[in-house]
Amino acid sequence: MAQSRKAQPISPHLQIWRWGPAMLVSILHRITGNGLAFAGLGLLLWWIGALASGAGAYQTFLDYVWLGTGGGLQAVTAILGKIVLVGLTWAFFQHAASGIRHLILDIGAGYELETNARWSSLTIVISVILTIAFWAFVLLR
Amino acid sequence: MGNGTSIGRVRGLGSSHEGTHHWLTQRLTAVGNLVLITFLIASLALLPDHSYATVRGWVARPLPSIALILIMINTFTHARMGVQVMLEDYVHEEGGKVIAWLLVNAVPFAAAAFGILSVLRIALGGA
Repeated sequence: MAQSRKAQPISPHLQIWRWGPAMLVSILHRITGNGLAFAGLGLLLWWIGALASGAGAYQTFLDYVWLGTGGGLQAVTAILGKIVLVGLTWAFFQHAASGIRHLILDIGAGYELETNARWSSLTIVISVILTIAFWAFVLLR
Repeated sequence: MGNGTSIGRVRGLGSSHEGTHHWLTQRLTAVGNLVLITFLIASLALLPDHSYATVRGWVARPLPSIALILIMINTFTHARMGVQVMLEDYVHEEGGKVIAWLLVNAVPFAAAAFGILSVLRIALGGA
């Protein structure tokens, strides 16, 4: 965890380590990927299945995920739905940016400490900016 | 990967017996996802509205229905492999491994089949 003397380099060990950008981005890649796999693809199937079933089923999907027109449970899930959808777009942008970083690392580039930390941090900056830009476009146009 | 000497038969295959196939497929489908999912969310964002008629009409067009069927194959393959790696890291009990193995080899295929059928029903008309 937190080190008292930062100046001296210390080998990481089981309980001797500090969060770095690369570690954060690594675990975020796994969390966003699995979030997209379960929540994202689950919602995708509900959406396309409802669309194939007919207007009634599609309206039910919209009510539960976004509109909340029926009140009660739908009012609650509509709030959760908006949070999940915004979260999923962020997860996609984060997973995509981090994934592109991985593709670059795969060709053997970007392992220098400073470069690695910079690109790790940048994936988070990029994903947040893209998420804000995407929803600003959707909601304000 | 020759078939002559012992080292020639095993070279490059590693402990999984399939070499880098899993790793490479994960990368190929990653590039596919960059194109397909970007197309999907950009298209949905650009639709004039999200009524039943508009969205269904969009899905029924050739390019979107092809893209959605490819998503059902490409994205589900990518997700399946990613979830598999996650489970391999965190599930250690034998019973859990069997359940994880069933999950990873059944659910994504059933889910993708449902998705493809849904797109086909929309694309090929009928109510």
